[in-house]
Amino acid sequence: MTHLAQLAQEVDQIFVLAAHWLLSYLPAALQPLCSAILSVAAIIIVFATLFALTTWLERKGLGRMQNRYGPNRVGPFGMLQPIADGVKSLTKEDIVPITADHAVHFLAPVLLVTASFMDYAVLPIGRNMVLVNLNAGVLFFFAIGSMMELAVFMAGWSSRSKYTLLGAMRAIAQMISYEVPLVLASIVVIMQAGSLSTVSIVNMQATYSGIWPHWFVFTPWGFAGFVLFMVAATAESNRSPFDLPEGESEIIAGYYTEYSGFKFALFFLGEYIGMFATSGMAITLFLGGWSAPFSFLTWVPSYVWFFAKLLAIISVFIWIRGTLPRLRMDQLMNLAWEFMLPMTLLNLLTAGIWHFMPAGSSRWLVCSTMVVVPCILLSRGLKHRKKFQVRTYHYSE
Amino acid sequence: MVGEGILKGMAETARNFFGSFVSKDRLTTVQYPEERELQIEAARDFPFLVYDGADWQQGMRCVACQICEKECPPKCIFIEKSKDKKPDANGKPQFYPAVFNIDISVCMSCQICVEVCPFDAIKMNVDYNLSTDDRFAGLLLNKQRLSKSNDYYRKIHPTEATAVDARLAEERARQKAKAKSAAEAKAAAEARLTTTAVQPASGEPR
Repeated sequence: MTHLAQLAQEVDQIFVLAAHWLLSYLPAALQPLCSAILSVAAIIIVFATLFALTTWLERKGLGRMQNRYGPNRVGPFGMLQPIADGVKSLTKEDIVPITADHAVHFLAPVLLVTASFMDYAVLPIGRNMVLVNLNAGVLFFFAIGSMMELAVFMAGWSSRSKYTLLGAMRAIAQMISYEVPLVLASIVVIMQAGSLSTVSIVNMQATYSGIWPHWFVFTPWGFAGFVLFMVAATAESNRSPFDLPEGESEIIAGYYTEYSGFKFALFFLGEYIGMFATSGMAITLFLGGWSAPFSFLTWVPSYVWFFAKLLAIISVFIWIRGTLPRLRMDQLMNLAWEFMLPMTLLNLLTAGIWHFMPAGSSRWLVCSTMVVVPCILLSRGLKHRKKFQVRTYHYSE
Repeated sequence: MVGEGILKGMAETARNFFGSFVSKDRLTTVQYPEERELQIEAARDFPFLVYDGADWQQGMRCVACQICEKECPPKCIFIEKSKDKKPDANGKPQFYPAVFNIDISVCMSCQICVEVCPFDAIKMNVDYNLSTDDRFAGLLLNKQRLSKSNDYYRKIHPTEATAVDARLAEERARQKAKAKSAAEAKAAAEARLTTTAVQPASGEPR
């Protein structure tokens, strides 16, 4: 039995051990640098592959939701479609508008991809598998996340086109509005964990009572926080139904209208990588990071759980995209400021009360009420009871 | 409560997602190169030239009257009339198009050339597999590429072709009858001429 447990542990730590083994051949002075390069390379390769997989999954899933086949020509079940797309975008002509600010126009996609990849520095992908264990990891994550807004505005402004500027302004308004509930929704976890380090937040959740894990999502404030975080994350990553910055039907492709070829592909990549990063953060904060959902499943390697959870969240993102139409600008802002913001603030209060009340069913009752009742009341406020009627004009008869 | 409609919508998309794997009827896609839907009879894209019989040069109905060239709104038809005359399907000597080109990159499929043709020589095709890697020469159809047999026309537009065939047959019969009566009249005139030659007394003013 102990032999099996040891084997499971070794499988769990296989990447860590492999890295150590590789580095042991290098002189000690080079080891920290090479360790960092190795980890960064691994992250880039793994998540770029996941990006390719997701574009395929998304097109397949959306197709099936619309009773179509989706891509099925390149390779088995169209699985090589991302490669074909990559080759296509590489061989396409790279068009830069003549009046564009060339340097900024070039830097925008680079910055977007760099910023979105930097998010992974603090994400614990598995047990002992984190690039840097910052004691302000969550703060670092959100700070880097707001760099994406800069990249978006650089793209929109430097292209010197009305569509890109409109798209960029929409994007800025949306991303800044939703960053507030995004951060506020995650603060409840920091309050409970008493730490900004992502590693210690996950460690705290990776304990079990009976077979059940201590994930923060299994508390009233944690559940509300998770839902609010995911809504805000959808808006942050400009995904449907919050894809106004791209809004094909109104402003062509929003802030990347003037991009083509590989730069366009970089924008695409940056957006998806950013979406994975925010999903990864949601997993770290609320869904127990790499920990198994039941105590008897802890023998499954930790990174498997992380990626299983990530894929589940990605599927939900795709599902939502296949279901909901795009919001209007005023609806988007109403949701952020009239619903999300008060809910996250109330959720902070709920988390505090949860912390100071004695454990038991009374705590559950009070905190659940504190989440559900405001949610119902606030959602009533979102419904504007306007009577729709035939418009009559003063001068018309 | 907020989110009720979202859940309802998500149930609908989930039903579509799983339903598309279970029942093939849901999938409306026709997988093009392998599967093809039958075209409706009224389908049309670009014009072609009809010929009778087996040889496309011999049986070409077109007599190079150039009406279609003049009527074509985007001016995509180019015809060069022949200097000599060749017998057509009826054996009657006619002009023929020495050059007949249609630039289908310009053609707008309006069918005006078909409407104005007095000889039923130009008709609309239904073949849409016209993609080519040469965007100039590949899309400029010459006389040979434009020529299609009457059997082909009957196959793609059966109703229309039957009407055209009937009309042409009637026309030919009438012409034949006319030719016959003309021949008879000529024979009669010749006969009369011989009789008048025999009896020069009957005075009829010329």
